[in-house]
Formats: sequence, structure tokens, C-alpha cells
Amino acid sequence: MSTTVKDTALFGLVAVLLIGTGLIQGWNSALLILNMGLISAIMALGVNLQWGFAGLFNIGVMGFVALGGLATVLVSSEPVPEAWQAGGLRIFAGLALGAATVVAAVMAQKQLKGRVKTIVTIVILVGGFFLYRAVFDPGKEAVEAINPAVSGNLGGLNLPILLSWPVGGLLAAGAAWIIGKTALGLRSDYLAIATLGIAEIIIAVMKNEDWLARGVKNVIGLDRPVPFEIDLQQDPVFVERAASVGLDPVLASTLYTKMAYAVLFTIVLLILLWLAQKALKSPWGRMMRAIRDNETAAEAMGKDVTARHLQIFILGSAICGIAGAMMTTLDGQLTPGTYQPLRFTFLIWVMVIVGGSGNNFGAVLGGMLIWWLWVQVEPLGLGLMNILSSGLADGSAMKDWMIESAAHMRLLTMGLVLLLVLRFSPRGLIPER
Amino acid sequence: MDFLNAIVAFANFVFVPGLAYGAQLAIGALGVTLIYGILRFSNFAHGDTMAFGTAITILVTTALTGMGITFGPLPTALLALPVGIGATILLLLGIDRGVYKFYRDQKASPVILVIVSMGVMFVMNGVVRFIIGVRDINFADGERFIITAREFRDMTGLEEGLAIKTTQAITVVVAFIVMALLFWFLNKTRTGKSMRAFSDNEDLALLSGINPDWVVKVTWMIVAALATTAGVLYGLDKSFKAFTYFQLLLPIFAAAIVGGLGNPLGAIAGGFVIAFSEVTITYAWKKVLGYLMPESLAPDGLVQLLSTDYKFAVSFAILIIVLLFKPTGLFKGQSV
Repeated sequence: MSTTVKDTALFGLVAVLLIGTGLIQGWNSALLILNMGLISAIMALGVNLQWGFAGLFNIGVMGFVALGGLATVLVSSEPVPEAWQAGGLRIFAGLALGAATVVAAVMAQKQLKGRVKTIVTIVILVGGFFLYRAVFDPGKEAVEAINPAVSGNLGGLNLPILLSWPVGGLLAAGAAWIIGKTALGLRSDYLAIATLGIAEIIIAVMKNEDWLARGVKNVIGLDRPVPFEIDLQQDPVFVERAASVGLDPVLASTLYTKMAYAVLFTIVLLILLWLAQKALKSPWGRMMRAIRDNETAAEAMGKDVTARHLQIFILGSAICGIAGAMMTTLDGQLTPGTYQPLRFTFLIWVMVIVGGSGNNFGAVLGGMLIWWLWVQVEPLGLGLMNILSSGLADGSAMKDWMIESAAHMRLLTMGLVLLLVLRFSPRGLIPER
Repeated sequence: MDFLNAIVAFANFVFVPGLAYGAQLAIGALGVTLIYGILRFSNFAHGDTMAFGTAITILVTTALTGMGITFGPLPTALLALPVGIGATILLLLGIDRGVYKFYRDQKASPVILVIVSMGVMFVMNGVVRFIIGVRDINFADGERFIITAREFRDMTGLEEGLAIKTTQAITVVVAFIVMALLFWFLNKTRTGKSMRAFSDNEDLALLSGINPDWVVKVTWMIVAALATTAGVLYGLDKSFKAFTYFQLLLPIFAAAIVGGLGNPLGAIAGGFVIAFSEVTITYAWKKVLGYLMPESLAPDGLVQLLSTDYKFAVSFAILIIVLLFKPTGLFKGQSV
């Protein structure tokens, strides 16, 4: 079987799984899985860029996804003028002071020497911290006091939410630049743990800085790039058209919006996939892989390894940021409490490894396939447990335990899939070519 | 008098909790550092290893108390601990045989082993949830306090009270015993010495006839004992919940790296550095300062550098700062 046929067959399998889901569990569930699968595929594409192309071990995916989510609120929600008046300027003055402190400390590190360097740096950092808090805190409190039940934040720019997708990418890229500048010189283990930590810091900030995006109080009711179901149901033209294909207007409207999202996501995925393929096949892509395979040799050839690593780290993170903004748009709400590393970092890694690291199509396939499995493991596991425990009496402790433990099958299955693929097909389903 | 009150308040809210938490982190970080030093990869499944050992210990504890066996004023879990350790040893040896050995024989690069350990982490996390569910479980029994705040106040006549929980005292004592045993083992016994030789220079160790399989096995056994002990101590002090153990992975890694990966002494130092900085940076110093300063200068706010929600962020900020200035940690760690 030629490789093209095999790859097509694998994507065909995903299609069959989705169609099967549609036939058995309804088309709404199938489209829901498809939409999140597309977003997961984009995240996997970003991680593949870093790991598959350049061998960078980034386990802070969650942080970049969350920054993308933050972008949707900052771009699309309405500004809160009272909050701006109460403390907006103070907050930004405080942040500017904080940034100036860091810049001053870095300058001191570069300019001075010996003991003076240490003392001056510490004085700048400590003094700067208290100055920043003195300016920033009253502003934050004033803003968060404004109508906390519905806002309590500064709001956003009231622009179309589609604009937040590239902005999410930019935010993530900016964060990646800061992280890369500090951490890319480290060895692979240390880089991994530094990225893991920075993702946790980003989430902690998003959970606690209420003035920014309401923290754990969540932002709900975000704008949508597609029509609302209710509006469709009240649109006589739409109702008539739905009736003409024999669909109930409620069902038709939900399917319509989900389809619209699917089309949007597919367009983004195809653009990014095309760019990633171009990059992989360009001299730049070959250089990246050469650096990945033998850093020392590439350095001897005059390649600036750290600069190239920084470049690809930023690009990959930006893609994760775009995906994060898309996901929050799809959800219609920003809920920082739901960002868990098991879901948004490690699961993405399973997708990349299973799909085939170093191959963009592999990453996309892994994203769609693993997401389908992640969603379906629970009903499948429950079905399995129902069959296995069918011989036991109703209400017996063993039966209850078996039914209950079906809910925990997800992680176990994902781990087993990852271990089996790593053991028996370490290059993934669609290996690098 | 005010000075004494300040010291007592400091001890009650900062020193004692920091010491107990630091000891728990240190034992956890010792396990991570041993795996790094001898098997040469960062084990992401360590947090879930701790959870597994603790889950087994809890089951045995429940069985023991069910039979009416308790440990007097001490928590029954300490009686059950050896069983938990035994089960974890069996599990880790099984996983090594079934999973890690293949990659070791292949001489796979360390980063592949890290990804493999991510798979093991997923599986173990699932297994723990199967065994014991996701509920919050409190399994500490026996005496709750060695001394309560009120007793201390009555005893000393000070305004501030000092409360020491039994679990805090046990943590520190057990941690001390565990560390002493470990260093005795590594420095005095033949196997311990060969482990250190293996960690320093694998080729030379193999050349001088050290059996690598045995070294690896002993390492996993020690790691199982350390992980279970750390997990049980943490669970006794706070409570058991499968997910919090996964989150503990982060400060534990921070501790191991701050100390210098692969260096046991560094792991202990790192544990205390991380614990005390978390506590001091997120503690509201108003009370302590209120005693120390004259009334007119007493602070208005809480004098809290960062809100407690930033606990994890603190350990990572420290981690990154240390890495920037001392890339191999405070004590020089292993270099790959």
C-alpha cells in the first residue's frame, strides 16, 4: 500500500467515525466533536512545529491556549467606561512601572559588575515591586468594585470577535518571546519544566486578576461570528428552508450554526496546514530539522541555533494561541478554572505523538482521532461495564463500582494509547518523511 | 513581650507550616532527583506514584481501623505505610520491566523517556481513580494536636497562641529519619555506593563490575518508599484527593531543580527553599509587624506580598530566577 493511500485511509477512518457518531448519537454530537477536533488539530499543529520540526519540548501549551482565550474578551467585549474612569489609567501606569522595573534590572545586570551589580539589582527589584504595588493596587481595587456582579473588569475593545483569533496568536507569540528569551538557553528538561511553570503562572494570573477578564467569575455571552440559533428560528426564510428539507427548525438552527463554525475552523486549519507544509519543505524547514538532529553540527555550519529555536517557539505558540481564541469563541465563554494541564497540554502531546511527530498531516490526524476517542471513551466504557456487569444483581456494590469507574476510563485509555504507540509505532500513524 | 508575641505569631503561621510542607516537598523531590541521577530522565509520573502509594495506604488504614486496630495517639496510617510502600514497589518494578526497560535497552534519548513517563502518568492517574475515586478523603486519626493555641496561651500567658498539629510533628520527624536512612544507605552500603558510582559515571561503573539491573531495581524500590512516604505525610497533613497529587508535581520539580537535579542534598534544600518562599511571600504579615512596630507606624493593609492564590506561581518564579542565574541549581546538579 502506498503511503498516500494509507494516509487517505486513515483520514477516511476519522470520517467514518464521525459519520458513525452522527448516525448513532445524532448529528449535533458529531458536529460538536468535529469542531473541537478541528481546534485540537490546530493545537497539535502548533506543538508539532515545535517538537516535530525543532525538537523543542514545550509542555506549557495550556498557557498559550488560555492567552488566546483571554484575547476574545479583550477584543470583543464592550468596554466598561466607569471602570476606566475609576482606575484604568492607574492600572496601566502600575503595569508600566512594573515593566520599567524589569527593564532597569536587566540593564543593571548588563552594565554593572561584581557586588555592585547584585546590590543595585536587588534594590531596583524590591523598590520597583513596592512602587508598582502602590500605584497598581488602588486602581485594581477601584475597577473591581464597579458592578462586580456583571463586570468588575475594564472590558474590551468591542471589535468583531473574529479579530481576536489573530490577536490571540499575537498575545501567545509575545508571551513565547519573553519565555524563549529567558528559557531557551536551558537544557531540554529544564525548558520543559520552565514552560510548565509559566503556563501555571499565566493561569494563576487569569484566575486572580479580576480587572482583566473577571477571573474565576468567568466572562459569559461572548460575541459570535455566526448567527444565534434563536434568531434563525425566528427567521421565516430559514424556517421555510428547513421545512423544505424536512427538518425541525430548532434542530436545523443548531446544526446550521455548528456547520458554520466547522467551515470557519476548517478554513483556518487549511491555511495553517498549507503554511506549515510550505515551511517544512522550504530551506528553512530543512535547516530546522538539521538543527534538531544535530545541534552541534548545525552550529558548526554557522547556524544561530538559539535564534532559530526562538523563532519556531514563537510560531508554534502563536498557533496554539489562535486555537485557544477559536475554542473560547466556540464555547461563547471564558472560564479560566477549566484550563487543566491534563486536558490542554498532555492530551495535545498524545495527539502529536500518536499522529506522528514531524508530519503536519500526522498532527492533524492525531488531533481529530484522539479527540474523538477522548469524547467517546466514556460512553464506550460505560457500555462495556454495563455488559460486563450484566450478570450481577442490580444495586450490588460491585456493579455500582464498575459503572462508576467507567467515568475514569479516559485517562487510563489515553495513557495506554500513548504507551502502545510509543512502544510499537514510535514514529506515529503518519510518520515523518 | 510584643517581641515574643511576634516570634510566636511567626512560628505559628510561617515557620511550623513551612517546615512541614518543606519536609513533604523534600521527600518528594528526593525521589525525582534519584530517578534523574540514576535513570536519567525527569519522571512526570512521580506525583501519581505518590497518589498510588497513598491510596493503598488509605485502603489498609480503613481495613485496620475497621478491625479495631489503631496506633494510639498516632495516625493509623503509619502502621499501614509499609503495606503501601510494598505495593508501590511492586507496581514500579512492574512498570520498569514492562515499560521503561525497553527504552533503556535501546538507549533512547532522555526526552523520549520523559514522554513515556507522561504515558505512565496518565495510566497511573486512571488507576488511582479506579481504586479510590476522586473524593476528598481525610484519613488522619489519633490526636489532632500536640499543643493547641489555647493551651499554649494558658501555659505562657502570651497573647499569641502556637498550635502544632500532630501531623506536622510526625512529618518533620519521619522526614528526618528518612533522610538519615537514605544518606546512610548511599554513603555507607555497598549498593548505595554503586548507585552513586553509576550516577557519576555509568561507563566506569559498568567497567568495574556493577550490576546495572540491580542498581535500577534498588532505585525504583527507594523511589517507591520515598514517594509513598511523602504522599502519606502530605495526605495526613492536608487531605487526599487524586488531583492535588498531580498538582504537587510542580512544586516538587521546582524543589528538585532549584537544588540541582540529581543531587539529593540539593533536593532537600530545594524543598525547604520552595516551601518557605511560598509561605513567606503569600503570608499576610500585618500581625507580626503589628507587634514589632510602634502603634503609630503599624501597617494598614494586610502586608501580603502576593495573594495566596499565587502559591504555585511563586514556586515557579523562584525556579526560573534560580535557573537564570545558576543554570544547574544551587548545588551543582547532574549534567547530561
